[in-house]
Amino acid sequence: MAATTPAPARSGAADAEQPPAPSPTTPAKRRARGGGARRWRWPAVVPFFAFMAVCFGLPACTLAYNAFTVVDPSTGTSHYSLDNVRHSLSGAYATGLAGSVKLSLLSAVLATVLGTVIGQALLGAGNSALRKAVISASGVFANFSGAPLAFAFIATLGTTGTVTRLLHLKSTGFSLYTFTGLVLAYLYFMVPLMVVTILPALDGVRTQWREAAASCGATKAQFWRHVGLPVLMPSLLGGAVLMFGTAFASHATAAVMTGSSVPLITIQIANALSGNVLVGQENLALAMSLNMVVIALLVMAVQIPLQRRSNRWLG
Amino acid sequence: MAGMTATPRTRTATPRQPGRPLRSRPYGSVLVLLLAALYFLVPVAASLWFTVDDPGKGLTFGAYAKGLRDGGMATSLGLSVRLGLATVALGLLLMVPTMVVVTLRLPKLRRVVEVLCMVPLIMPPIALVAGVSTVLSWEDDLRTTPLWGTFQALHDKNFPLVLVLVYTVMSLPFLYRSLDGGLRAVDLKTLVEASRSLGASRPGTLCRVVVPNLRPAIVSGAVLSLAMVLGEFTVANVLGFEPFSVWMVHVGEYEAQLSVAAAMLSLLITWGLLLLLTNLAGGRNRNRNRDRDRNRTGNRRRTTV
Repeated sequence: MAATTPAPARSGAADAEQPPAPSPTTPAKRRARGGGARRWRWPAVVPFFAFMAVCFGLPACTLAYNAFTVVDPSTGTSHYSLDNVRHSLSGAYATGLAGSVKLSLLSAVLATVLGTVIGQALLGAGNSALRKAVISASGVFANFSGAPLAFAFIATLGTTGTVTRLLHLKSTGFSLYTFTGLVLAYLYFMVPLMVVTILPALDGVRTQWREAAASCGATKAQFWRHVGLPVLMPSLLGGAVLMFGTAFASHATAAVMTGSSVPLITIQIANALSGNVLVGQENLALAMSLNMVVIALLVMAVQIPLQRRSNRWLG
Repeated sequence: MAGMTATPRTRTATPRQPGRPLRSRPYGSVLVLLLAALYFLVPVAASLWFTVDDPGKGLTFGAYAKGLRDGGMATSLGLSVRLGLATVALGLLLMVPTMVVVTLRLPKLRRVVEVLCMVPLIMPPIALVAGVSTVLSWEDDLRTTPLWGTFQALHDKNFPLVLVLVYTVMSLPFLYRSLDGGLRAVDLKTLVEASRSLGASRPGTLCRVVVPNLRPAIVSGAVLSLAMVLGEFTVANVLGFEPFSVWMVHVGEYEAQLSVAAAMLSLLITWGLLLLLTNLAGGRNRNRNRDRDRNRTGNRRRTTV
């Protein structure tokens, strides 16, 4: 009570003063208005920007700068050069980059399609308890990636895996430690992620549109081709971009499952970083990382204008 | 024309089955969901079987017993949990005040903060750690400066601060998304103005009015970051630390069963965390808010009397 009573009085006084004398302010008034607001503004924001500058800006700038410098091993001097970037885009490293892009593209397309189909099936089944269960399971599986996922797949489909032994998959020539095996494993966390991502958009496809289409004589297929998919397209592409980014950035699953048998850029970077290579190789790893960032940037840039379009229909 | 003749039939059929308009048979949906369930449950079941089945000897629980006896597991899991909690604490301390102030006072910065928080999505963890390891390699050049001590503290084996910092950067997208959603759902301006005009201090407003209202958002951001940290492998492995997932891989080189058991444990932890999230941020919170509102009106009545 003691704190509340003076406050209205002060603001009342300030209001009364306002019309005749706007510029000469009393100390109390200054505290209540501009000065206080300014003090409350900046200190709260500065730590965030400082943190970003040190913990993200510094490594990122170092990455960009060192990717373009070459250290002479004999003299220890460094100079500007495009050698790292050129090297990172040729030979085995080019294969690795292409492999990563191919793997990410394929798994992103598959995850987008499968995630949407599962999401639509979930809505089609029309059971709210089931929906809740699937959403929470999707949350769990979408977070189940990296090393644990690799071990689950090794235990299931690896050379001594349970399913491999049960179905005698070895005789069919199936191996988990290949490109196909990686796609299979990646889908395990990407499809649930896609289901969670696309469900709100699928919910936005109103029943009324379906009914309107049906009463105009459209079949189910016609509805999806002319109404459903065009409306969903931005969300689907946005989801596909997210899937691509996720697959492209993921390293642990492939590293644990296949080692270096499938050439992927993330594994090559990790190998170049983990020391058992020459001194100059570190900057090569940085150049490869830069290539990854550029590709991710290009793909993500597609998403921004799309997001706006989808918000118009499904917002 | 065929479509037009078909129309009246559907139209007359629809009112007779009010429960299922248009979607007459969900068999296709059920089949798709069953196939999906098969794909997602088989690896879990097969892994569980793998951990208890010893070819030639039958069922054993040796892997689990070994895991309990193995000191490495407790140490690495403890490290992961401590890293996760520190990451969540740092992330929230940075993001909650920033987001609140940006929403209230600096709307121009909103876009900047959003872009900065989303940038880690473009930078894959392996690229980020490549940059970080280069920065850490400056240590030798800084031996004579006071910064050297900082670098030493950054990669202390017992509690590598550098991992906390990198993980915090990696968790920013989760935190931003959930806090942004939470802030859009409440009328922050009114809340803060009401609290301030009733005489609460700014920190008091933040702790007792803003944070409780953002609780679901804070919990969801925190849980997602925690799940990310507990499963993280790339950064820790490249920088040479051994939290849970790195330990899992190291032990897998000689104890396949134990590492699969650890993978299942990690799935269980993720599941538990997310369950906690739905319970904390979902229904119960709404009830509690209602209780709090009731208390608040009660208090107000008491103070006016």
